[in-house]
Amino acid sequence: MNVIDWLVLLGTILGIVAYGTWRTRHTDNLNTYLKGNSTTKWGTIGLSVMATQASTITYLSLPGVASENGIAFIQNYFGLPLALIVVCAVFLPIYRRLGVYTAYEYLGQRFDQKTRLLGAGLFVLQRGLQAGITIYAPAIILATVLGWRLDLTIVCTGLLAIVYTVTGGSAAVNLTQKWQMAVIFGGMVTAFVVLLTKLPADALHIAGAMGKLNAVDFTPDPKLRYTVWTGILGGFFLSLSYFGTDQSQVQRYIGGARLREGRLGLMFNAVLKIPMQFFIVILGALLFVFYQLQPNTPVLFNQVQWQQQVAGPQGATFRAIEEKHAVLHADKQDKIRAWVTAHDSGDAKAEGAARAALSAAQKASLAVRNEARDTLQAADPAAKKTKDSDYVFISFILTQLPHGVIGLLLAVMFSSALSSKAGELNALGTTSTIDLWRHFRPLAAHDEARNVRVAKWLTALWGLFAIGFALFVSFAENLIEALNIVASIFYPALLGVFVVAFFLKHVKGSAVFWAAIAAQIVVLVIFFFGKAYPAWEIGYLWLNPIGCAACVLFSLGLQAVMPREVKPSSVSEP
Amino acid sequence: MKNDQKNARPEPADEAPDVPGFRTWGGIYGFAFAVFVAVVAALTLFTRAFA
Repeated sequence: MNVIDWLVLLGTILGIVAYGTWRTRHTDNLNTYLKGNSTTKWGTIGLSVMATQASTITYLSLPGVASENGIAFIQNYFGLPLALIVVCAVFLPIYRRLGVYTAYEYLGQRFDQKTRLLGAGLFVLQRGLQAGITIYAPAIILATVLGWRLDLTIVCTGLLAIVYTVTGGSAAVNLTQKWQMAVIFGGMVTAFVVLLTKLPADALHIAGAMGKLNAVDFTPDPKLRYTVWTGILGGFFLSLSYFGTDQSQVQRYIGGARLREGRLGLMFNAVLKIPMQFFIVILGALLFVFYQLQPNTPVLFNQVQWQQQVAGPQGATFRAIEEKHAVLHADKQDKIRAWVTAHDSGDAKAEGAARAALSAAQKASLAVRNEARDTLQAADPAAKKTKDSDYVFISFILTQLPHGVIGLLLAVMFSSALSSKAGELNALGTTSTIDLWRHFRPLAAHDEARNVRVAKWLTALWGLFAIGFALFVSFAENLIEALNIVASIFYPALLGVFVVAFFLKHVKGSAVFWAAIAAQIVVLVIFFFGKAYPAWEIGYLWLNPIGCAACVLFSLGLQAVMPREVKPSSVSEP
Repeated sequence: MKNDQKNARPEPADEAPDVPGFRTWGGIYGFAFAVFVAVVAALTLFTRAFA
């Protein structure tokens, strides 16, 4: 990075933060602070929903995942448009009609306070832990590659998000996310164009021949993680949980001038999300081709930690792996050229033989990469905290892009970190204020100024908690993966509670409360049984329909046998 | 707990989408679904063409 990169990076990030803070500095109305400006249009809401969902991991890690495993991950998003249609048609009109600040406030009105506290508690628990990861995950990669101090990277990123989120609340989050998304789109398109200029015309064919372009898989095997079926069914329930019941998303679309704005904002995502994700994974597949054709492609992309070992006491072992990789890489390049010649000749038999030879060369090269990874992790346990695929895109950015564009792409990474972080803090502060603090201080609900003050303090506290947690998890290995799994297994039961609330009018609070707890236990049992007996393990996306269905069925069963409750009278049913 | 949202006001349960070419929200949802089907079909063709 040179001076130009620093100017672009700091100018972009600090400029957006300062703009958002300045424009919303006088936000003292509770409704504006928690729901955003009442004049917000659908475009801002749509970008805000997109920005909250897509964290730095989306832009930093997903190209690397596609580079390593192909673009099948795109199927994970197949259920998203269908879920957003349901949220638009069912969830959003009810939230708007009841004028709630949080999704869990609706549960309190529809059922009872214990169900509301259960929903809010589950959200705060999982999102609070995730908030630390949202800062930590990109910080450890960027700090490693750029040689920055990890703790300072975490603290600075976290404090920036706290400043404008506390100052302007939801209004500031919406405003800044719009500009942050502009930076993200601009940066990613620029990187894509630069990459295209460095590739041969048949790059897509090469990626396909090497197994990276299997976008859809119709195999009906529940053990496969990404197929069309897991994507549509599991992805539908996962997206319905996330967009319909997770306050970090609900808060983005329940504001706005009219119901229309929220609906169009969500439809904006329903139409554009899969194409956007396809753009990111195809970028990854093309990065793979780029590095196949480079003469000096490293055996691992985490070169900082690798080179430390090369220069260390075990250097001979690491250099031997490098030499082995260089020989296999050159052989693979020969096989690629042979395949391109056979493909262009139109001789199907020769093309098949060349493809088989290329596949064998790829396997041999992959085996050396695995050996390199295991050797590095054995020598330096800190290397276990990240995956090598996380370093693919950032390596391309730092070594192949011109100065100025490097700063812009780093601004993309920090913009995405800030936008998702701010959305989380905003939701945590709101839920803590509305569903928890006001539950224990019901008389304070009528003091608007005090509510805003408390919301600001709680937002700041969640921000500081996230920073502290991010600093702590830097000592734990594989915690990111563990927490992502924890988050994914808490969604289904919560979605089941909302499905019962919306569609099963005769089911009351106690039945759904105990049903949710029972469904949560079922999901946990299935998950841990699969871990104990891998032969029985199912793709984690299937936990979403199973947990949701269990909650609904248990609710019906319990309601049939439980004594009737007196329903709160203030709720208008959908 | 009573909601104290001061700016809340009744709004039509199903106001018109006010989008050129669409008179109902059902039309908007149908369009989003059609785009989804078209995208999955395009990805299937893409897979067959390159994989």
